[in-house]
Amino acid sequence: MGRLTDGIKLDTTEMRAAYCAALIEKARTDKRIIVVDADVRHSVGTEPFYAEFPDRGINCGIMEAQAVGMSAGMSETGLVPFFHAFGVFATRRVFDQIFLSCAYQDLNVKIIGADPGVTAASNGGTHMPFEDIGLMRLVPGSVIIEPADAAMYRTAVAYMADNYGVHYLRTSRRKTMRIYPDGAEFTVGKANMLSDGGDVCLIASGIMVYEALKAADMLEGRGIRARVLDMHTIKPVDREAVLAAARDCGAIVTAENHNATGGLGSAVCEVLSETLPVPVERVGVKESFGEVGTQDYLQKRFGLTADNIAAAAEKCIARKRQK
Amino acid sequence: MDKKATMKAAAEIRKLCIDELAAAGYGHIGGSMSICDILAVLYTDILDIDPKDPKDPDRDYVVLSKGHCGPALYATLAYKGYFDKEMLHTLNQGGTSLPSHCDRLKTPGIDISTGSLGQGLSLGSGVAMGKLIQGRKGRVYVIVGDGELQEGQNWEAVQFIAHRCLENIVIIVDNNRRQLDGYTEDICKTFDYKRKFESFGIHAFEADGHDVCDICDKLTLAAKTGPAAVIMNTEKGHGCSFAEIPGFNHYMVISREMADEAIAEVDRRLEESYGQAD
Repeated sequence: MGRLTDGIKLDTTEMRAAYCAALIEKARTDKRIIVVDADVRHSVGTEPFYAEFPDRGINCGIMEAQAVGMSAGMSETGLVPFFHAFGVFATRRVFDQIFLSCAYQDLNVKIIGADPGVTAASNGGTHMPFEDIGLMRLVPGSVIIEPADAAMYRTAVAYMADNYGVHYLRTSRRKTMRIYPDGAEFTVGKANMLSDGGDVCLIASGIMVYEALKAADMLEGRGIRARVLDMHTIKPVDREAVLAAARDCGAIVTAENHNATGGLGSAVCEVLSETLPVPVERVGVKESFGEVGTQDYLQKRFGLTADNIAAAAEKCIARKRQK
Repeated sequence: MDKKATMKAAAEIRKLCIDELAAAGYGHIGGSMSICDILAVLYTDILDIDPKDPKDPDRDYVVLSKGHCGPALYATLAYKGYFDKEMLHTLNQGGTSLPSHCDRLKTPGIDISTGSLGQGLSLGSGVAMGKLIQGRKGRVYVIVGDGELQEGQNWEAVQFIAHRCLENIVIIVDNNRRQLDGYTEDICKTFDYKRKFESFGIHAFEADGHDVCDICDKLTLAAKTGPAAVIMNTEKGHGCSFAEIPGFNHYMVISREMADEAIAEVDRRLEESYGQAD
């Protein structure tokens, strides 16, 4: 433990309960919001929405392609559908429907992918999205949000309802480490700096934010001061924050519960390579499929721990010094 | 309906479409010709639409799920006055408002973009659902190809439509019995559409897709009975002399001479059928 992680505890509420509460709160004033499910409303936690708004919840059954296309059509009539499924089925399975039925024709569909990466745990490789962000980044005009904990849902849901377009919310459904206090302020598209430092910048999203904070604590013990950014909005990535990190720290480590190709690490590298190249190390899944195990086991199995981030930081700093 | 007027509309749409494709020099003639009579009936006798107010939320919607036959729908929209007929000569040119596949962001009167087969019915079901939730008027007519029905997503949509009793949607099957690579029967048998739709829980009717009266009767019936499909038995290339061939006619290179001859033939046949209609 250390300065940054002391006091951070496992949340007392599940992410899905917090998400649904935020959605219900927004839907009370925004009558356009419709919930669409594909037979996992119990799992993703949207049931309370159906209880409060029985006429505004549509459980399609196990037909994700229809659910996405139907959502797109509904949005043409002015409604704002929020489509929920496990991340793999919400994106990979229906990529062409998202691309052509939604984005290509400028329709207004919100996609919520549950169980990102290793949080799919015992559901294993078939249910473990390591490429959903990469796919969604390729959709022109898309917005991608991955909250670190439940505090951001109100901001995320309000943003998605109030702003037109195809948005992807990547969200764990279980309890997660609670980093932010209730009522914390977020701005979509603007990274949160959780710790400042000038030796290296750790840029993370989702469950990896806590790992990055732990890594920063570990590095502090070794005399290295790390900046930690919660890049909760992966697209559009906060270019200013990335460039400031490059200028101030000269070494950057990205950390994501996703394939190291196509996601946050790629987004950061794209910004830097065209403007201010500095050494970058990407912590993420390398050329692998998911598998079963506890989240703990899987984080170690795929190299998604604070230890991995700290080691990458030291390597990155060494590369900076060689320059 | 005024049978002669609708037949005349169908002939005008066919001629505009042949001329449009000839201006591009090539295009999806076969499937465009097979839906001309259906489009003529829809836009003359069935739809509640106003070309001057193409975004009225209470209007009837048309989703041409077989989006590659956009040229036939563009000809229809131009005929109805959604845009100038001259625009038809810009088909597929860089920067055009008339791309090969329907694009709602580019063309006045196109309600939904299509082109990746199998997605239009889902989109149409969403429009229908959105109308019902908000108490809006208007129906949704979705035109799918028989080959297109090989795509599984269609049947997800039909289950959804049946389960939700979406009474404001009509599925129109352009059963021209051919797909890009040949006869549907040879490539992947589709069996009995009427029984398929009925077994999925919606009404189904059959019509001669080139008989404007039969088309009109069955569409009217389908609109009254609630979620329903009308299987329009058609001929790929119908009404365009050079495309009425047993060989490949999905997509053809079309010269001005071919088009002029075919357009004259459309007029000749209209005169002939007027005689029979009297």
